[in-house]
Amino acid sequence: MSERRIDPVTGTETTGHQWDGIEELNNPLPRWWLWTFYATVAFSLVYVVLYPAIPLLRTATGGVLGWSTRGDVAQKIAAANAGQAEMRELLVSTDLAMLDRDDALSSFASNAGAAVFRTNCSQCHGSGAAGAVGYPNLLDDVWLWGGTIDDIAYTVRHGIRNEDDPDARWSEMPAFGQILEDEEIATLVAHVQSLPGGQDPLAGPGGELFDMNCSACHGTDATGDRTIGAPNLTDAIWLYDNSTERLTDLISNGPFGVMPAWGMRLSEAEVRAVAAYVHGLGGGEAPEAPAPDAGDMPE
Amino acid sequence: MSDQSLYAPRVPIFPRRVSGGYRTLKWWIMGVTLAIYYLTPWLRWDRGPNLPEQAVLVDMVNRRFYFFWIEIWPHEFYFVAGLLVMAGLGLFIATAAMGRVWCGYACPQTVWTDLFLVVERWIQGDRNARMKLHTARWDLRKLRLKGTTWLVWLLIALATGGAWVFYFTDAPTLARELVTARAPGVAYFTIAVLTFTTFVFGGFMREQICIYMCPWPRIQAAMMDEGTLTVAYRDWRGEPRGKGLRRQAAGDLRVAGPVIGGRSPLIPMPGLPNTTTGAALLAEGRDTRPPGDCIECNACVNVCPMGIDIRDGQQMACITCALCIDACDQVMDRIDRPRGLIDYVALSDAPREAAGGAPVPAWRHVLRPRNIAYFLVWAAFGAALVFALFIRPDIEMTVAPVRNPTFVTLADGSVRNAYDVRLRNKNGEARDFRLSPALDTEAEIAVEGHEGAVVRVPADTQDRVRVYLTAPADTAMARAAASDARLWVEDLSSGDRAHVDTTFNGSDNR
Repeated sequence: MSERRIDPVTGTETTGHQWDGIEELNNPLPRWWLWTFYATVAFSLVYVVLYPAIPLLRTATGGVLGWSTRGDVAQKIAAANAGQAEMRELLVSTDLAMLDRDDALSSFASNAGAAVFRTNCSQCHGSGAAGAVGYPNLLDDVWLWGGTIDDIAYTVRHGIRNEDDPDARWSEMPAFGQILEDEEIATLVAHVQSLPGGQDPLAGPGGELFDMNCSACHGTDATGDRTIGAPNLTDAIWLYDNSTERLTDLISNGPFGVMPAWGMRLSEAEVRAVAAYVHGLGGGEAPEAPAPDAGDMPE
Repeated sequence: MSDQSLYAPRVPIFPRRVSGGYRTLKWWIMGVTLAIYYLTPWLRWDRGPNLPEQAVLVDMVNRRFYFFWIEIWPHEFYFVAGLLVMAGLGLFIATAAMGRVWCGYACPQTVWTDLFLVVERWIQGDRNARMKLHTARWDLRKLRLKGTTWLVWLLIALATGGAWVFYFTDAPTLARELVTARAPGVAYFTIAVLTFTTFVFGGFMREQICIYMCPWPRIQAAMMDEGTLTVAYRDWRGEPRGKGLRRQAAGDLRVAGPVIGGRSPLIPMPGLPNTTTGAALLAEGRDTRPPGDCIECNACVNVCPMGIDIRDGQQMACITCALCIDACDQVMDRIDRPRGLIDYVALSDAPREAAGGAPVPAWRHVLRPRNIAYFLVWAAFGAALVFALFIRPDIEMTVAPVRNPTFVTLADGSVRNAYDVRLRNKNGEARDFRLSPALDTEAEIAVEGHEGAVVRVPADTQDRVRVYLTAPADTAMARAAASDARLWVEDLSSGDRAHVDTTFNGSDNR
């Protein structure tokens, strides 16, 4: 220890520490500071008793109040759910086709639906709902099974080719690899690739093959049939891409896309909410029946 | 070595009442600042039917800040940031020019302590009476006087905490709720905390806050220089000090200031002549100089709310409240000596004045290049804020292109881009906004859920809508990687238009 001494100018004792001749004065702490310190110690003792505090090997002391951050979150979620109960009930009891008449409800539905979508749908359809090869893009104006909000809700609720749900959407394209020769499939592929360009489906080299094998489902005009999920082959959208390899594989082996029946996992309110959200992504169609020429959604 | 205690009790301070120019100035500042604080929430301002009518309101729930005719939205927070920068620079100017003038005159701790001292003096009497009461035994009279003082302090503290919460919601409504016990818990909690801090800080902690808690004295020390005006004792005029007949008696002289309580050592700042030397010489009977002007009446010490002796030189505990100047000037008038033994003096003047030079006028210390530079920066910020305030558009729209995905191909081969558009309606009534693309564009516009691209935005809110631009198949826009696009918004009720430029991604954008 270095030497303590009384500083002549101030009459205060030094701590004995000095740096380049500058000495540290040993000024006493104010008494109230000490009491403040004792108060914080007392506070911490009370806190340790009341709240989770001391870590043990596998857990920690719980505190007599029984409070925990997880419990707190659970409580807040429960409170949020309780607060939304009324809107959920209203959503379930409202005719989906009339949803856009109620601004508050439709805003609630699409916000809730966005959360449901991110959790349950984005794995296949993408977080931006732009889809992927084999998983439909939900932003465009093309729908395999219909694009009204009720159509979408049905698809979400019952799924596609889902054997657990008797009401699931069911499409069945045969594997033409077992029916047609390789050259015939090649001809069909070239024919299908030319359809969006305005090729008459029933004419040309592939016309006869198309008529015999494809038109039953896709129609003689190749515009598809939504009741059986047969896609329109004349538009610019390809669920799978339009490369020769991909189309050859598709026609040879058939597409067998599936979607879970979300009605078995989500509540009816969640199904309706996500339908409202998807319907509002830009491709949603207006309900067919009520007003003729009510003005379609954006093309 | 010595048995000095580790902890020091607070030495109570009983500042004597003083009158004079600085005290009068401080009364005015105290009145004006307290009036601003307590009354501002009650000022009304008519903004129209759907907006609050409180002139100054920090509306946390709706995220608005109202200041008379100005309304600040969250995205305009730079105004608040700018004001904070100006406040910071303002303190730079004040400190560089006049030292701790903020501490001495305008700091809430100083103002409320001053107010509490008025109450204390009014109930218990001036310095001597208060000192006597302090040391007296606890009897009914002491209990009554102290109790009344504390009660009045508590009421002032309650009003202080109470006034604070009125800034955050409609004052008359909250006042009714507070009285009828229907106000939100957070209001009562805030009032309780602020009442407690006001009561304790203003009544009991006082100078301890400035010395031990406030970081400002430390920062200020770095911002002052030798040209800064501070409250100082002209020791070359006052020394050797002494009382009446005994003025020549050596043993009576104070050599250096004692350490009071736990306060910082009272070391003269470098540059000031060392007062100990002359006094020490005198103490040894070797100083033959004539007596100075200081008659050791201790008036400067008795009026000091910090309990220090300014004659020990510049020190950290001095808040430059200038009350010692008033006290000393009174005494100088009485003994027929010129005023200004204690005065606003810059350190750089000391050697020159000590050598007999004339005092430098205060304005030459204030109007120094350094202070002028600070002022110019401060004024530039102020001018920029005022300018920004005037060029704020009435219609505001922000456009964020949706990038997940960058574009969507539609059935007919046309290409569609989506934009998240925020429309802000700053008016007191709902307004219709029509969105449109540039006239010469190939793209068509549509707004999700809004026929005809007309969006009705409720009063004083921001709406977010999804806007689509669709370029028909085989147009240049649809094929290009990216092209320029412009969105127009028109306020249908006023006809005002504004536009935002953005980008359109075509099918070549992969």
